[in-house]
Amino acid sequence: MTAQTDYRLSQLDELEAESIHVFREVAAEFEKPVLMFSGGKDSICMMRLAEKAFYPAKIPFPVLQVDTGYDFAEVLETRDHWVDRLGVRLVVASVEKAIADGVVVDDGKTSRNRLQIGTLLNVLEQEGFTAAFGGGRRDEEKARAKERIYSHRDDFGQWDPKNQRPEVWSLYNGRIRQGEHMRVFPLSNWTELDIWHYIDREQIEIPSIYFAHRRRVFERDGMLLGESDNVTLKPGEAVTERTVRFRTVGDMTLTGCVESTASTTAEIIEEVAASRITERGATRGDDRFSEAAMEDRKREGYF
Amino acid sequence: MDLLRFATAGSVDDGKSTLIGRLLLDSKAIFEDQLEAVEQTSMARGYDYTDLALLTDGLRSEREQGITIDVAYRYFATPRRKFIIADTPGHVQYTRNMVTGASTANLGLVLVDARQGLTEHSRRHAVILSLLRVPHLVLAVNKMDLVGYDEAVYEQIQADFQSFATKLTIPDLTVIPISALKGDNVVTRSTNMPWYEGPSLLHHLEHVHVASDRDLVDTRFPVQYVVRPKSDDFHDYRGYAGRVAGGVLKPGDEVLVLPSGFTTTIEAIDNFDQEVAEAFPPMSVTVRLADDLDVSRGDMICRPHNAPKPSQDIDAMVCWMGTAPLRPRQKLAIKHTTRAGRTMVKDVQYRLDVNTLHRDQETKELALNEIGRVQLRTTVPLLCDPYSKNRTTGSFVLIDEATGVTVGAGMILSAD
Repeated sequence: MTAQTDYRLSQLDELEAESIHVFREVAAEFEKPVLMFSGGKDSICMMRLAEKAFYPAKIPFPVLQVDTGYDFAEVLETRDHWVDRLGVRLVVASVEKAIADGVVVDDGKTSRNRLQIGTLLNVLEQEGFTAAFGGGRRDEEKARAKERIYSHRDDFGQWDPKNQRPEVWSLYNGRIRQGEHMRVFPLSNWTELDIWHYIDREQIEIPSIYFAHRRRVFERDGMLLGESDNVTLKPGEAVTERTVRFRTVGDMTLTGCVESTASTTAEIIEEVAASRITERGATRGDDRFSEAAMEDRKREGYF
Repeated sequence: MDLLRFATAGSVDDGKSTLIGRLLLDSKAIFEDQLEAVEQTSMARGYDYTDLALLTDGLRSEREQGITIDVAYRYFATPRRKFIIADTPGHVQYTRNMVTGASTANLGLVLVDARQGLTEHSRRHAVILSLLRVPHLVLAVNKMDLVGYDEAVYEQIQADFQSFATKLTIPDLTVIPISALKGDNVVTRSTNMPWYEGPSLLHHLEHVHVASDRDLVDTRFPVQYVVRPKSDDFHDYRGYAGRVAGGVLKPGDEVLVLPSGFTTTIEAIDNFDQEVAEAFPPMSVTVRLADDLDVSRGDMICRPHNAPKPSQDIDAMVCWMGTAPLRPRQKLAIKHTTRAGRTMVKDVQYRLDVNTLHRDQETKELALNEIGRVQLRTTVPLLCDPYSKNRTTGSFVLIDEATGVTVGAGMILSAD
């Protein structure tokens, strides 16, 4: 940034300043914060903002990934690049291990996404994390539209949407009692398009699956899912190879892709700007089960 | 492209949801799948219209009860600006929610129904926007189609509001006749009201000048976090990170650090790996000082002859959000800028009736959702300004020490 004579910030600069403020506030007031890193574009933007907030010092907290066992290889690769470059500690909580340890129960019907909740709450408690940064944005989903930047969780990791603390000005209340923790959403006021503009501006490295590539896919419930060892085809489902990209990154068995030829961030921005369907509606099986799917998971302690 | 935050408040019947829905639809911020879901729910409930309130009423209990409980944030953008709407319900917990929405807003949008004129609700919203010093206010006179687009109706409401507003602090008022349902003067100028010569609502939102609302004169930099890498490359680096709350900071500036009172000069201002020539609100930067002083979180960097006065006696307007009332002698935690301490309520001077502006001096307490003038004594000196001068250094929150819940929002009138 150079000298600005009109003393105005662009919307990206203002959003960045707000997010950096949140990161520093948490680092100053919480004993043991952690950054929840999914490998998706939003959590990568969080990494970038955290890098800026503490530079030239290292990010003063570890990053946590809940490994569903169904994660895309490209995502894990990008995660490792980021962790290496920033020199931060990586904590991996494995859903597979949580199942083996009896922390969560795999009944064959519950999705890996849902099993992440128990796995996540368990690792937060075990490691004693008092604040966990999440990449959630308010434009994503209507339950999130009402969530605070500092979102209080009780002993059971539950969110009580009807009883949220008022959040006035930028005076964040970080008080928690023993056993409770805070979820913190520094990207609350960013939209999907803001994220893409920021990735473009900052030349941020994101997993290659966000860009158009050839992939063997099949159709299920109106979504395109990638062929993988973890998904069994149902009768009538046929695999074809198409040019696709992912708009969100999650559990491989539930995250759909869209047909697209966008192979650069600029092309993605064009595509997102013209899109008439939300990223979650288009590609997230986990949000489709009920009108309040996200709220229900969030109440239980989801990201 | 810059950012404008605006706050709206209203109930189901004044057309607020329709207006927001229209702004979002016309700026393509509502997606097909969202609209489809809302259409389906509206149909399932037997409505003969698409209830756009369902877009913002995200919580299960809100949909079940058909009411809005909490502040919802909505986003849209035009090629000129990005907008953040803090959309607050009109009835449930209205003061708490309106204060929350107004606290970060550059502009407040008050809606009135042209058929009804000013109501208790619209007055109350204007009072809260004024108390919170939201610099721009738009009064949208809605449902003009239902009064035959009659200029006289608009003129009367405008006159009523202006006479009411003389008791308030509203630096910039714009009154726009609209029909959210028909789209008159929402995005484009209406041909139904040739007598109205002002801009459409969206045009006004896109062009209202907000850059000069910030204080670029009185330097205020609350130290938020001390950056000390202690690495080989940055062995002696010591930077004070924070968000500029007022004024313009430049390398070479002589500065005063409070509460210690030491003076030094700014050596450099870092924004990530770049040095910047100037820092101004609301930038988050890291300031390096020429001298090695003991500066920590909660301190304030300002100018030697322009500094806030450290004070433990605070006179403030407080919006009370706790379920049990605020009473004299009560002890609370207080957070002001990056400073935290404890405080005791010395006196509740009066309770303000936000509908009539009457000051009730008899009641010596504030109940949930009441606003009043309160005297506080703090354990640590606050480095504060009157809220009317600076919304960042003039505001604080009160926290219940037992539950950790935020129970009050305060705006400083003066400090001794």
